[in-house]
Amino acid sequence: MSPAHDVDLAFWYILGISLLLLFGITTVMVIFVVRYRRSRHPVPEDIRDNLALEIVWTVIPTLIALSMFYMGWKSYIGLRTVPEGAMEVEVTAQMFSWIFTYDNGRESENELVVPLGEAVKLNVTSVDVLHSLYIPAFRIKIDAVRGMTTYAWFRADEAGEYDIQCTEYCGTDHSAMIARLKIVPEQQYLTWLEAEE
Amino acid sequence: MTTAQSYLEHSSPPGRRGWKAWLLTHDHKRLGLMYLWAILFWFVLAVLLGLLMRTELMGAGRTIMGAETYSSMFTLHGVIMIFFFGIPAIPAIFGNFFLPIQLGADDVFFPRLNLLSWYLFMFGGGFAIFSLFFGDGFPDTGWTFYVPFSISSAGNVSLTVTAAFILGMSSMLTGLNFVTTFHRLRHKGMGLMKIPLFTWSLYATAWVQILATPVIAITFVLVVLERLLAIGLFEPDRGGDPLLYQHLFWMYSHPAVYIIILPAMGVISEIIPVFSRKAIFGYKGIVYSSLAIAIAGSLVWAHHMYTSGMSDVSVFVFSLLTFLVAVPSAVKVFSWVSTMYRGSIAMSPPFFLSLCFIYLFTVGGLTGLVLGAAGTDIHVHDTHFVVAHFHFVMLGGTGFAFFAALHYWWPKMFGVLYRNRPAYVGAVAAAVGFVFHFVPMLILGMQGMPRRYYDYLPQYETGNFLAGFGAYLLVFGLLLMLLNLVLSLRGRRTAPANPWGGTTLEWTVPSPPPVENFTATPEIKDFPYDFSEIVANSKK
Repeated sequence: MSPAHDVDLAFWYILGISLLLLFGITTVMVIFVVRYRRSRHPVPEDIRDNLALEIVWTVIPTLIALSMFYMGWKSYIGLRTVPEGAMEVEVTAQMFSWIFTYDNGRESENELVVPLGEAVKLNVTSVDVLHSLYIPAFRIKIDAVRGMTTYAWFRADEAGEYDIQCTEYCGTDHSAMIARLKIVPEQQYLTWLEAEE
Repeated sequence: MTTAQSYLEHSSPPGRRGWKAWLLTHDHKRLGLMYLWAILFWFVLAVLLGLLMRTELMGAGRTIMGAETYSSMFTLHGVIMIFFFGIPAIPAIFGNFFLPIQLGADDVFFPRLNLLSWYLFMFGGGFAIFSLFFGDGFPDTGWTFYVPFSISSAGNVSLTVTAAFILGMSSMLTGLNFVTTFHRLRHKGMGLMKIPLFTWSLYATAWVQILATPVIAITFVLVVLERLLAIGLFEPDRGGDPLLYQHLFWMYSHPAVYIIILPAMGVISEIIPVFSRKAIFGYKGIVYSSLAIAIAGSLVWAHHMYTSGMSDVSVFVFSLLTFLVAVPSAVKVFSWVSTMYRGSIAMSPPFFLSLCFIYLFTVGGLTGLVLGAAGTDIHVHDTHFVVAHFHFVMLGGTGFAFFAALHYWWPKMFGVLYRNRPAYVGAVAAAVGFVFHFVPMLILGMQGMPRRYYDYLPQYETGNFLAGFGAYLLVFGLLLMLLNLVLSLRGRRTAPANPWGGTTLEWTVPSPPPVENFTATPEIKDFPYDFSEIVANSKK
């Protein structure tokens, strides 16, 4: 299973439970407001607490929260564990474009081309301010920091084109700092890699 | 007799007239009003800036402004909403006004320091305005002032962070006053478990203000030093560490979120019982959860930094702690809803706004779980999802609680009643507009639209266009509520001492309260939310 799939699973898990809780809380609240309106229920009861109930609604949310933490952490591990033998691409962020450098010295601006089905590790850094490399399609994001190398990885099982955006505000043209990710068959990739820039 | 003694007509110290009676006042109530007008000015300004930004985003490409103006606008919107509205609004206005009264005291412990605190707030505000028109241009870094951008930015960052520094002093002094008043001036008969929950929440908040604010103050000084003297603490080329800045910044700014939300929770804990005519459910649970939030909330700051490049171990620790801090907030929500069970509920504008609060804050809290979980946060971090999430908490939560507090205490503060119909219309418009504005932003974020984007890819156009309409409805609702309140000051429909049937001490004194707050020794109840008397009286 791909890490992106695990992340989506965590999304469904957390959002699903959240929607149930929201629906439950809102429904109960509305029912109380309608049923115990003053015209229908003029004399309130004096209930101040209920220890058992309070323990239950502390313990159960704690367990739910811990299970969500676990789902989130598990999917995070997937995003951080790069398979052995992944190909590496050096990514350099600058105001306001992305430079991708391959093993053979090939440099490409705002266009990341990778072969289908292969794990790709991106080693990310910046030459100026903070940027952040974001590929929504693969649920990955990592900051580009000058003086530091960070990483992210992904693997594509289908050919296609995706957006790469900068998500750490970096100046006037922050929103124009966009690149394209192209997933192509192995052969096409090799041709591209050897081609003149 | 009672009206003649009102704080609005008699100054403290006595004998001061005209402007001196206000600008040199020691009266916590007058200071509350002075904060009210200053903070409302900033709030309306920042709301309008936000509206202009969303108008710009309604169409792709340039709509009404350029990218640089847009960057300055989101910076100013953030700086004002956090430092000039969110942090001070409820403590400085309603805390100043009602904390001493709820404790049975005649003023705060340090009245002159309280006045100084107001002057620092105004001075900081003046400084912020000054920084716009002098120097090298509008600051354009976002309210987070992340390095190294804030070091190299040509904008007037130094002056803006200095303004925030001064506001921090004001916030700390207010916190100091609340803690000392709580301990030293509380009425002799008022034990710890007899204190109203609003005051408890301010007390928990005050400790965070005192302990966390120095961190941001020092950090801002270091940013200025880095800009002026290149000391090499944050700048990587000189051996500095940009992540250090982020840790220091969030070490304050995450607790600041709790400074903003805790008093709002206190407001809701006052309003729900009064209009349900029923004791707050789980009083002690709410007190302890306030304290737990204040403590645990100070230990989760790096959940803003999962993508920053910090270690995976840090991600593990901060994600785990973040989930634990969610629990006391959930306990409060359950307590509020349970308070209504078998109550006798009267609808009113403050109560309606409190119901909106519970709904919107719950959405804010639940979307926070997506951000607290490490794997999912990676995808939505720094996207519109985050923007929508914290607006659910800050505006849907604190903003609606602020309006609830305005409608709840306005009759007490000014001695006048407002019209209900415009208040309801405004509240409904604001709530509906809010949902139509921020739900599309949650979806945009999950689709991958980053925040602080002046322009966007074509797939995000529909969502942004729709969100714009919600924004207009929201702003209309907010302004209508404010207008209705301000117009009530002319109408002179006099408010009785206890228009809602409240049980805390502020409802035992005339509206508006006398200068010394109490004309006779206040009678302290064994339980602050004992409605038996109110219920008995209403039967007669």
